[in-house]
Amino acid sequence: MGTSVSKRATAMAVAGVLALAGCSSPTTTSTAAGGAGPLVVATAGEPDTLNPVLNYGVDGGSLIFDGLVARDARNQLVPALARELPTVSPDGRTVTVKLRDGVLFHDGSPFTAQDVVFTYQAVLDPKVDSTLRSDLDMLASVTAPDPSTVVFSLKYAYAPFPQRLALGIVPAKALAGQDVNKAEFNRKPVGTGPYRVTSWTPGDRLVLAANEKYWDGRPANSGVVVAFVPDDNVRAQRMRAGEFDVAELAPKLTTGFDGQAGYRVERVPTADYRGVMLPAGNPVTADLAVRRALNAAVDRAAMVTGLLGGAGEPAYGPVPPTSEFAEPSIVGKPAADPAAATAALDAAGWRPGPDGIRVKDGRQAAFSLMYPAPDSLRKELALAVTADAKKVGIKITPEGLTWDAITPRMKSDALVMGYGTPYDPDFVSYKLFGSAFAGQGFFNPGSYRSAVVDKALQDGRANADPATRKAAYATFQKQLGTDMPWVFLTYLQHTYVVKDAVAGVTPRVEPHEHDVANSLWWNIHTWTRKS
Amino acid sequence: MTTPAPVTAPSPAKAPARRSRRLAGAGAVVRRRLLVAVPILAATSVGMFALGAASPIDPAQQYAGAAAFTASEENLAQIRANWGVDDPLPVQYLRWVGNLLQGDLGWSTSRHEPVTAVLAARAGWTLLLVGAALALVLVASLLLGTLAAYRRGGWFDRALRTTAYTVQSMPVFWLALAAIALFALTLGWLPAGGLTDITATSTEPADVARHLILPVTVLAVAQAPWFVLFVRDAVADSLRDDHVLAARARGLPGRTVLFGHALRTALLPFLTLVGTHLPELIGGAVLVETVFSLPGLGAVTVHAALGSDFPLLAATTLATTVVVLAANLATDLAYAAADPRVRLDD
Repeated sequence: MGTSVSKRATAMAVAGVLALAGCSSPTTTSTAAGGAGPLVVATAGEPDTLNPVLNYGVDGGSLIFDGLVARDARNQLVPALARELPTVSPDGRTVTVKLRDGVLFHDGSPFTAQDVVFTYQAVLDPKVDSTLRSDLDMLASVTAPDPSTVVFSLKYAYAPFPQRLALGIVPAKALAGQDVNKAEFNRKPVGTGPYRVTSWTPGDRLVLAANEKYWDGRPANSGVVVAFVPDDNVRAQRMRAGEFDVAELAPKLTTGFDGQAGYRVERVPTADYRGVMLPAGNPVTADLAVRRALNAAVDRAAMVTGLLGGAGEPAYGPVPPTSEFAEPSIVGKPAADPAAATAALDAAGWRPGPDGIRVKDGRQAAFSLMYPAPDSLRKELALAVTADAKKVGIKITPEGLTWDAITPRMKSDALVMGYGTPYDPDFVSYKLFGSAFAGQGFFNPGSYRSAVVDKALQDGRANADPATRKAAYATFQKQLGTDMPWVFLTYLQHTYVVKDAVAGVTPRVEPHEHDVANSLWWNIHTWTRKS
Repeated sequence: MTTPAPVTAPSPAKAPARRSRRLAGAGAVVRRRLLVAVPILAATSVGMFALGAASPIDPAQQYAGAAAFTASEENLAQIRANWGVDDPLPVQYLRWVGNLLQGDLGWSTSRHEPVTAVLAARAGWTLLLVGAALALVLVASLLLGTLAAYRRGGWFDRALRTTAYTVQSMPVFWLALAAIALFALTLGWLPAGGLTDITATSTEPADVARHLILPVTVLAVAQAPWFVLFVRDAVADSLRDDHVLAARARGLPGRTVLFGHALRTALLPFLTLVGTHLPELIGGAVLVETVFSLPGLGAVTVHAALGSDFPLLAATTLATTVVVLAANLATDLAYAAADPRVRLDD
């Protein structure tokens, strides 16, 4: 027995050594440095499915699919599977789209109006697990009067509707009669986009090959590999090892690449803001003087440099400065203005108490500020706001909680929140600041109510005329600046490290969600690599 | 977790009959263990569902991700209804068991594919990682521990013990990041992560093996200290046993005494240790997979737990339970095979 054990151990050791020796011989797969190989991009965000109906690449830039419309480098709508931009009827309730001819899906089948109808009907089908339905609640029906025309009928006039047409179109033939939630298609999709899916190993990578018959011209490169690396540090290390052409990295990790030969850092502006929601249900935060004082007391410049590593900009309202709807008068001081803050509090009768905390009518200027505990940026912002407020005599108690603990308290406790869209001001703000949504979950949790804002938001969505819309959103932003239901803190920037050899990178303002779709590589089919 | 109590048995008289007699009753033991396994698995799965029901996390909100903040409550309620996750717990559980008996492990809400597909795609990589690391740990700890015990108090023994204690105090993810920094970045010998070269068009065994060297080694190194120290102490003790001293006195060569007599005695409790440490090894694999971006079960299990994805969570938990039960059974059988005093047919 003793000999057999030691023999077995020896055999195992030998096998192990052999295995190691066999492995250490380098394999000769082409690395990312070669000129003709596919471009390799790395991100943390892996989609759950690759089906647009189930929320993949909803706002376009999805590499595999095309919408009826797409967005250019300035986020302006341009025709994609539509021949021209959609036409809207005078009452704003009928949207007609003429389709492009001769477009083929990756499997060779032709693209027709039936595919568009199928895609949107699938989103509306209650049996389909799509959260996109909430964004399309104005859509009554979609029909195809002929193979190259699609008509959308809306329940009410909704000016931004063409913005919702960037959703990727799926082939009806591949999905009809199947359970869309569980279809094989969700992992092996077929689209019309510049790339077709070669393979997807969840947790590892997505391999895309150029669609040689792409209607907008064949891609400038042979393909794309999207590597899914959830850990920030590991992604940075693998980027440094030269594995990737582009990697999305946290701002602080990109600083190591600044000035390093062969790499450059892209800081891309986003519409993704962070701010403090101040609920109307709390007697302290409901006081306008307290809200104004907080707005003046916070040091946004310090947050951008200290917490965001410079990758951000101060925020004063929910419409990003890059948007055409941004109201120029909504600006503030990036640095803290404690004098203005104390003046506002003094004027309203908040007097410093013995412990330095201000008191009015026997009530201390004190409240809780909640943040989702796992979100380190929101935590740091909460702590920074707490420190800034203390300087002017407002006592904030930061509390890191899980969402299920936060949700029931949102009516009466402040919360660090984040939202934002670069596309249309209606998309988020209508629900976030409309009084009709007061106290409804994450829509307007602080029950902000303003008749002026309600009317402006309604005018903004109901009127197609650009000047009217612009005026409506200017009114909206000014009223928010007066009422201050939120203290807006910063807009984030997304940061990417790019190899110098990569040409064609065109940053555009990004939404919060950026993974395979809608990242820096939204137009990667035009990128090339100098060898 | 249960080891048969050593029962004194008359030592076997004839060599050929030895093995079969030692394992006599193995069939009965296996049958008995299988019978015990059924209630254990049932209890584990009920526990999973009960914990899940107590979890305040809304799977539909988790599923929606960022869209949860723009999706209407009606929309989310509809999705929950489609999944049946609002049904009473017994209904959900019975439905799950019914499907399980038909070979259907259910639908993973966090991964959007059948649980069997998730397991099929990922369990193999985790098993490969854990299996290779375990083999490495066994070989290395037996070899190093025995050598250290042989020259107890010598420089090798002291260095090994110091290293073992130091490594034991390092978190496995830290070890992994340090290994990447050294071997992948500074020296450039090995890839920093992934299963294959990022632009590889197929899954070549050699390529995968090269990518697994670092993860397997890191996992093995992280788990090894316990085993090394155990073997060292056990062998050191048995070197003072009567039968070893007797072997020495008979003038047998040192190597024979060390590996044939001392190590052999020390092996028995070591088998138990391997059985009980397997869950810890699997836990370490989860972290190693995350750091090295390997598509194993680790990341999806965490994801499933965060998203209240019972079907996937139940499947991975049950699979782990089965592995642990099987390991315990194997340990006991091996124990019986190695120790003539242990009998299975009691």
